[in-house]
Formats: sequence, C-alpha cells, structure tokens
Amino acid sequence: MSLIDILFYFFATIAVVSASIVVFSRNIIYSAFSLLFTFFAVAGLYVLLNADFLAITQLLIYVGGILVLMLFGVMLTHKVVSVDMKTGTLKILPAALITSMIAGTLIGIFTVTDWRVAPLQTGDPIPTAKGIGEMFMTTWLLPFEVASVILLIALIGAAIIARREKEAK
Amino acid sequence: MEILISLIKILVVMLVLLTCVAYLVLVERRVSAFIQNRIGPNRVGYKGLLQPVADVLKLFIKEDIVPKLANKPLHRLAPIIAIVVSLSTIAVVPFGDKINLFGYEIKLQIASVNIGILYVLALTGLGVYGIAIAGWASNNKYSLLGGLRSCAQIISYELSMGISIIGVILVTSTLQLDKIVEFQHGWRWLILLQPIGFITFFVAIFAETNRLPFDLPEAEPELVGGYHTEYTGLKFGLFFLAEYANMITGSAIVVTLYLGGWQFPYLQSSGLPEFWTSIIQVGTFAAKVGAVLLFMVIIRWTVPRFRYDQLMDLGWKFMLPLSIANVIVTAFIIYLFE
Repeated sequence: MSLIDILFYFFATIAVVSASIVVFSRNIIYSAFSLLFTFFAVAGLYVLLNADFLAITQLLIYVGGILVLMLFGVMLTHKVVSVDMKTGTLKILPAALITSMIAGTLIGIFTVTDWRVAPLQTGDPIPTAKGIGEMFMTTWLLPFEVASVILLIALIGAAIIARREKEAK
Repeated sequence: MEILISLIKILVVMLVLLTCVAYLVLVERRVSAFIQNRIGPNRVGYKGLLQPVADVLKLFIKEDIVPKLANKPLHRLAPIIAIVVSLSTIAVVPFGDKINLFGYEIKLQIASVNIGILYVLALTGLGVYGIAIAGWASNNKYSLLGGLRSCAQIISYELSMGISIIGVILVTSTLQLDKIVEFQHGWRWLILLQPIGFITFFVAIFAETNRLPFDLPEAEPELVGGYHTEYTGLKFGLFFLAEYANMITGSAIVVTLYLGGWQFPYLQSSGLPEFWTSIIQVGTFAAKVGAVLLFMVIIRWTVPRFRYDQLMDLGWKFMLPLSIANVIVTAFIIYLFE
C-alpha cells in the first residue's frame, strides 16, 4: 500500500465513523461536533484527489460557515442540549421504503451518469482555482448567478422574519 | 531529503514562533507598564528577560481544575483545537525568498500552497471552534456568553477580511502568498495600491485575534474571563499561547499581503552576495512583523473596548460596505487600465 492509499483509508474511516456518530449519537451537540470531523475528512479526500480549491472551499463554507451557524443555534437553544433525542426505530415499513427509494435513486444516478474522468496526473498538482473561475464566468454563468440570487432571497427572507418578531414584542 | 528539509523547516519555524510568543508577552507587559507609568516585570534575569521562562514554569506546575458539571471530553478538546489552528496558519507564510545552505536550495516557506490565501481564510474560520467549544463545555454562563460573542464577532469580521483580500487578488492575480510577495518588489507594496483594503483587513485582523478594542469574548469587567474562565494551569496556558500565536501569524499575514513581505527595496540590485541578501530579507520580514506587533500592543493599551452593538455596527455598517466599495473601485481601475 502506498502512502496515498493509507491516507485515503485514514480519511475514509474518519468520514464514515464520524458520520455514523452524527446519526446515532443521542446528544445533539456531539452530533454537531462529529459533523466537524466528517467535513474535515471529506476535505482531506478532496486534497488527495488534487482538488485543492474544492477542499478549501469545503472548509471555508461548511466548517467555517454552516457548521458554526448550527452550533450557534444548538448552544443558544439551551433546552435542546439536555433532551435525549429519539434514535430508536419507529415505523419500519415506510422508513425502509423511503430509504430504499433514495438509495435506489442514488445508485441509479451513479451507474447511469457518464462521469467525466480526468487522465491520471503524475508530478506536481495543477492549480484548479483558475479553471474553476473561468468556467463559472463563461460556461456555467447562469447556474452560478441563479445560485447567488437564491442565496440573496434566503438572506432577505431571514432578515424580514427576524425583524417582524421584534416588532411584535 | 526533501521531507527532511521540510521537517527541519517546520521545527525551526515552530521553535522561533513559540519563543516569539513568550517574548511577545514580555514586550506586552513592559510596554503596558511604560504606557501606564509603572515599572513592569524587571526582576527575573537581566531587565526581566527570563520572565517568560518563569511564567511558563508557573503554568506547568499549576493545578488543573475541571468543573464538576463541565462536558469533560469537549472541555479537554477545546484548547487543543485552538492551538492547532493558530499554529498551522504560519505554514503558508513566506518569510524569505530562497537560501543556499550546504549545497541545497531551500525555499523559506514551509508549504507553497497554490491557494495559500484561501487556506489562511479557512483556518481563521476554524479559530471560532476552540473558543466556542471552550465556552459551551465549561458549563458556565460567562464562558458561554464569551463563546457566543466570539462566534458572532469572528463571523462578522471574516466577511470584511475576505472581501479586502479580493482586492489583493485582483491586483496581483494570484492566490499564492509567495507570488504575492514577489509582486511587491521595489516600492510596489500593496499598502500603497490598496490603502483602504489595508485598513479594513488590519481592523479585521484585530477582531479575529480578539485583541482590544475587540476583545469582547474575554472582556474581564463584564464576563470574568470570558471563554477561559473555567480553565486553569496548562489548558489556560494553551489558550494564552494560541492568542499570542494568532497575533504573530496575523501580523505576518498583514506584512505578507500589504507591506511587501520579505522585500527590501533595491536590495537585489545592490550586488551583495546571495547568501547575505537572503539573510537580510528574512531580517526585513522579522522587523516588519515586529513593527506591526508593537503597533498592536500599543493600540491595546491606548484604545478602550467597544460595546457589543458598536462592534457589530462597525463590522456590518462600516467595514463591510467599505471593503465592497474597495473591490468595485479596484476592479474598475484594473478594467480601465488593461
């Protein structure tokens, strides 16, 4: 096994183990923290794939932004922390149906999609930031702009909801 | 061989960084004493030069108290996260060009990452975790308040920090920190090309390192000690170390991005031997970082702390629009001239 292989299994193990803690933990704050390790491990996998920009963006947005916000919410709502969450099995049949549907869809997409595979690179990794930037500004400009408009709408919506509550008091 | 060189570089940089942290504390105490017309620590060693050693020894032998109702694993994890994050930022900072030692050409930077700037931004974002986890795990309302304040503060100022960096990227058109320094040869320092970006970035660095006037996470008159109220001994020492290491890396990044890094004007054309040029460049970098650090220390002892709402107002209503305007103006100028 080469060093890359060892690193891959290392990150993959962390990702899987911490992701299962997220799902199975009875304490919501432990779930949130192990999500941190999941995100980290995924970023590590991106680095192994030479996707440097993607790895840093993963850290910047998911770890530095979204997860902080989640922790913020969990810590502010104090009552959530002490409540045990239900992680037992309820309604096995519908749950099995839905999860198998989702799994089937994902596996279907995985097998049907014509994945673009880049040729194997040796030597120093090629920087990807420039290529991604150019693609965003040319080929994928419309989806890029639509995504930003959707985020802006969410932002305005959040501001309006927060304001209204204040006035009601 | 390359791995060995990297290991030696990491070892040397870490040793220098930790020594600088110890002496930065001493400088801070002496300067504060000077400003407040006191004497300051001057008994241990010549003029107090051994004071840091005594301080560290004291932290080592102090009792480690963990509150009964604290969340023990997270309480233990928090200082580790804080210190790991603050020490790993220095990895991408170039502290010199190249040096020839024993026949090897050594690049004076631990890792030349293609997206060094983004790496710095991502790590400053992670800095929140140490403080937030410490605040929550201590099970103390003052700690929790300190942790929450820190979250809000770092997230707010990270925005204006990131947007001021865009100005630098637009001018230099690279994300690599060593290339940014190479761009600033002679007098093309980015502080002259990006004065407003420099101001917003520098203010954001103050906020990210929790320095006064932005030290609300540990504001001692209102929050006892903030997020580290329930930490003693070496765990407290780690937070202390992380804070000062953050200061050093923060000013190293300010120097790299805006003050020309290791560039010494007209040095390359002066005809000095290559080895001495490299040494002077490293010295220049150290001197610039030292000057910025001294400025930060003086600011701490001259400016009062902001109130929480003033802090948020400054961040969102003033710094953020200013940095966005800076990006737009920079982009326009570059578009017109190219």
